[in-house]
Amino acid sequence: MKYLLAFVLTFSVFALRAQTAQLVKVDQLKQLIEKPSDQIQVINFWATWCAPCIKEMPLFEKLGQSRPDVAVTLVSVDLDLDRNPAKVHKFVERKKLTSTVYILDEKDPNVWIDVIEKSWQGAIPATLIVNTKTGKRTFVDKELHEGDLEKLIDQVR
Amino acid sequence: MKKVLSLLAVAALLVAAAPAKDGYEVGDKVADFKLKNVDGKMVSLADFKTAKGFIVMFDCNTCPVSKAYNERILALNKKYASQGFPVIAINPNDPSVSAGDSFEKMVDYAKKKGYDFPYLVDETQNVAKAFGATNTPHVFVLTKDLTVAYIGSIDNSRDAGNVTKKYVEEAVDALLAGKEVPTPKTKAVGCTIKWKPA
Repeated sequence: MKYLLAFVLTFSVFALRAQTAQLVKVDQLKQLIEKPSDQIQVINFWATWCAPCIKEMPLFEKLGQSRPDVAVTLVSVDLDLDRNPAKVHKFVERKKLTSTVYILDEKDPNVWIDVIEKSWQGAIPATLIVNTKTGKRTFVDKELHEGDLEKLIDQVR
Repeated sequence: MKKVLSLLAVAALLVAAAPAKDGYEVGDKVADFKLKNVDGKMVSLADFKTAKGFIVMFDCNTCPVSKAYNERILALNKKYASQGFPVIAINPNDPSVSAGDSFEKMVDYAKKKGYDFPYLVDETQNVAKAFGATNTPHVFVLTKDLTVAYIGSIDNSRDAGNVTKKYVEEAVDALLAGKEVPTPKTKAVGCTIKWKPA
């Protein structure tokens, strides 16, 4: 019985994780970014093939877990090459990610990159920080290191 | 006051650390450069006396997107160098951040892949900054007088099988025919240039 319970618990956690990485269109993502919120939105664009993205990911996880004033969203841009999101789902499970994960379901980067940020050429890792209360936003397309996110968040206060 | 000063200091640091966002736009004239090639010789655009223009390609050894495009970059030079538009590849990545992009590794990579075009190291990253390059791969098609005619990606799909628009080929074909470049600016997912730590 104990084992069964453990199994059921494990399975339900697993099921919840699998739920987290939903496919999203760029217009839905734009709405999520712009929706008035008490929290500062930290949106990181990454892909499973991007080594610096994976290296900096623990910073985003830690930020989301430790700061109630911040909402972290990790947006995978994997689907431009491989239309199958399974690789991303597996990655989210393996890394036990606690942040909200979306998989961008768009085909033409020449269209969707501008919708998110005009100054962005599409290089990843990239991070957008939005404070809907002050109307300020900041964007960086480089790998972040310990302490960088906190400084960027201070810029949008 | 102290707080304001420290905030200002932080802001100044962030500004200094951020790579130049400006750089060249379509229609701008670029400054020639002199960079070391994988054969050890210094290369400038002015060395190409008979060129009708250039396919300047910021690229590297390590980026998965660059790797996906490697064959297509070789094919571009095969097709266009003889027509007067050679590929000039430039690696701006700082080897202290990306060890696989050291000059020695560039020499090995160019040999292994059979590069028949210059593969230059932008050690100071000043050329990448002047161009406003942010990605690898990131293409700038230039005319003979070094005016930017196209900025962006090689085509519209990292998956070679799904390409429907060959942006760079369209741009060079248009220039060769004396016509307007149909799509002068595009964007694509790529790897960030590995800038030197501030």
